[in-house]
Amino acid sequence: MNPEIGHYALVLSLAVALLMTVIPAWGARTGDAALMRVGSTLALVLAGFVGLSFATLVVAYVQSDFSVLNVVENSHSAKPLLYRITGTWGNHEGSMLLWVLVLAIFAALVALFGANLPARLKANVLAVQGSVATAFLLFILFTSNPFTRVIPPPAEGQDLNPILQDIGLAIHPPLLYLGYVGFSITFAFAVAALIEGRIDAAWARWVRPWALTAWAFLTLGIAMGSYWAYYELGWGGWWFWDPVENASLMPWFAGTALIHSAVVMEKRDALKVWTVLLAILAFSLSLLGTFLVRSGVLTSVHTFATDPSRGVFILAILVFFIGGSLALYALRAPMLRQGGLFAPVSREGALVLNNLLLTAASAAVLVGTLYPLALEAYNGAKITVGPPYFNLTVGALMLPVAFAMPFGPLLAWKRGDLAGAAQRLMAAFGAAIVIAALAAYAQGGGPVLAPFGMGLAAFVVIGAMAEVIERAGFGRVPRATAFARLRGLPRSVFGGALAHAGVGVCLFGIIAETSWNAERIAGVKVGGSFEVGGYELTLDRLEPRNGPNYRDLVGVFTVRRGGVEMGTIESAKRLFTARNMPTTESGIRTMWFSQLYVSLGDELPGGGVGVRAYWKPFVTLIWIGSIIMALGGALSLSDRRLRVGAPKPAKKPKVRPDPAAVPAE
Amino acid sequence: MTRKGRRLLVISCAAGVLFVAAGLVLFALNDTIVFFRSPSEIAAEGTRPGTRLRLGGLVKDGSVQHTDGTHVRFVVTDGGADMGVTYVGLLPDLFREGQGVIAEGVLAPDGSFTADSVLAKHDETYMPKEVADALKKQGVWKEGEGTP
Repeated sequence: MNPEIGHYALVLSLAVALLMTVIPAWGARTGDAALMRVGSTLALVLAGFVGLSFATLVVAYVQSDFSVLNVVENSHSAKPLLYRITGTWGNHEGSMLLWVLVLAIFAALVALFGANLPARLKANVLAVQGSVATAFLLFILFTSNPFTRVIPPPAEGQDLNPILQDIGLAIHPPLLYLGYVGFSITFAFAVAALIEGRIDAAWARWVRPWALTAWAFLTLGIAMGSYWAYYELGWGGWWFWDPVENASLMPWFAGTALIHSAVVMEKRDALKVWTVLLAILAFSLSLLGTFLVRSGVLTSVHTFATDPSRGVFILAILVFFIGGSLALYALRAPMLRQGGLFAPVSREGALVLNNLLLTAASAAVLVGTLYPLALEAYNGAKITVGPPYFNLTVGALMLPVAFAMPFGPLLAWKRGDLAGAAQRLMAAFGAAIVIAALAAYAQGGGPVLAPFGMGLAAFVVIGAMAEVIERAGFGRVPRATAFARLRGLPRSVFGGALAHAGVGVCLFGIIAETSWNAERIAGVKVGGSFEVGGYELTLDRLEPRNGPNYRDLVGVFTVRRGGVEMGTIESAKRLFTARNMPTTESGIRTMWFSQLYVSLGDELPGGGVGVRAYWKPFVTLIWIGSIIMALGGALSLSDRRLRVGAPKPAKKPKVRPDPAAVPAE
Repeated sequence: MTRKGRRLLVISCAAGVLFVAAGLVLFALNDTIVFFRSPSEIAAEGTRPGTRLRLGGLVKDGSVQHTDGTHVRFVVTDGGADMGVTYVGLLPDLFREGQGVIAEGVLAPDGSFTADSVLAKHDETYMPKEVADALKKQGVWKEGEGTP
């Protein structure tokens, strides 16, 4: 396909996005139903044009069309097909196009599944979505055109950064963008509601599925990025507190808070003003993340190229949308009617606590990420805020969240019974103490925090089940009745419990890995062996191998424990010939939930090779837990009452104002 | 408790959480920030031994010595001054003589630098921003010249 078609489709997309910003909004203002309806058509057309543009770029990559500058700079004809496709978004221009594609797809989904939305709200939502698309299409066309031609075309491309030549590039960015950009919908709903100056529990019901979808994708995207960094970078670390990781974690915290506060709003008509603010914040933090990653103000593995004009452009977009939406919020929020009264100890109260701690964590990450930038702008000092800062602040804020998590679902709406909830958690608490004791016994003398953390993680996992067991009535009613009730429970109850259990599983992995991991760095000759974490590794041979566009030096290790052979691990140093750039292909052997991790260093002058080996107990639980969280989100989403575009608006719960209770906010 | 009293309770709880969080942030920031320095800056400022720093510059040509399997010595230069670095561990993939590097660690009393982590670039054509700035200051490298 001709790259000009892609470019032309992109220009048309811009025109469509402009129309989509103006026409439905005008229709909503004047009450013209026909104009409001145009929004849906435009959203579908926009998705079509952006899709065509993106497809053209993919084709240019697959065919290795070296007349396109972007392809020349980031591809190579010897690259395997998968990496030629994924290479499309393994660079600044392509990844921005993917960003806009996801945005257009979400707008199209609103158009398709939003048939039951009030016409005015839907029109405004699409208009806001159109304005975001307009801004980013302008950005692409003016500063980052992926279709720029080179004349004459070179014979060969410069290849993709080898670190990105991995299956991870096919998974991590699309998932992450589905999460990041998914929050644009909740943002659009929030802004649309503010424009109308009217908001009710039904609004939360429409927003929740979108927030949940975005959150689940973001969870998966972050987890997959973490696993990718873990096996690709060869340092055995799964989280570096790199600014770019932080950029994805901030919207995650805000999004997590949002999906919880939206529940309060839907069920109890409370926390409205706060929920709208969170919807704005979640997407603002996503935009901030995009800015930090794409502008080059921070350097990381994600920074492809630095071009000051791009940074300024994204900063302008950032200021316009964040500033604009917050200004609108300041103007309109006081008009929103407050509703729903509750006591401090209640389900609502627990969710407020959750929200406070999550947003505080998000703010702590924000401060740590931006402080170096601010300080450099202020007095030129170059500093870094390292992992100790983030571990301390986020850790201290997340501990109470984990501890309070099992209590929340056991508290009743409006006014809860803390002692009763504690009583129902006795079994979980007992199990947690047993596990903590086991952990303490297993580690002998070691960090005291480890058994405590394990106990806490177990408490979260088992406590997550408590709500389900409680609601089914096990122990109070005959078993058959309880099973029947269990089947009758809404899926969102299971979804919530599963997601909470996922947090516990993830926490278990984090604590086990951090407290008990073993590291060994050694120079090893062929035939030599070393020990790590109770395993004995012998370097059997070092052999060169050839791949399609690289050469490997593979070290083959035999793993033994107590003299018994357990298998082999192959770890390689890979040299990509096009860029003459080496990467580490770590060798990983998974044993249950634990991993033995080996990466090769340089060949040593005296023969042999430098080896870095790790024993990582329960490390896979970190990602398995994250996947469980996302599955919990998906399960909730499959609940009929929550399905995207749920048929009926929520019936206003009949709330008799409790004279003793306090207002929500 | 009155309606007002309860509201006060909720607000004071929220304020308490935020206060603790803010305190935590300030305390942690105070303790954990690490400054970036080039060898010339260290020479000029007479930085105290024991200070934790990020040292950045170019790996001096011909300076890398592997003493045994995992002990490495090399010299970081910014054109104005040199600084010897010792490091135990494996060097990153793109660590090369004549190219940009950042070493994080502690200044030893003998004036050398003991690194506990060494970062090189992620990409062949990319120079860590702090290093690029430090080199520009020493006039070794100018924007648009390509990496030295």
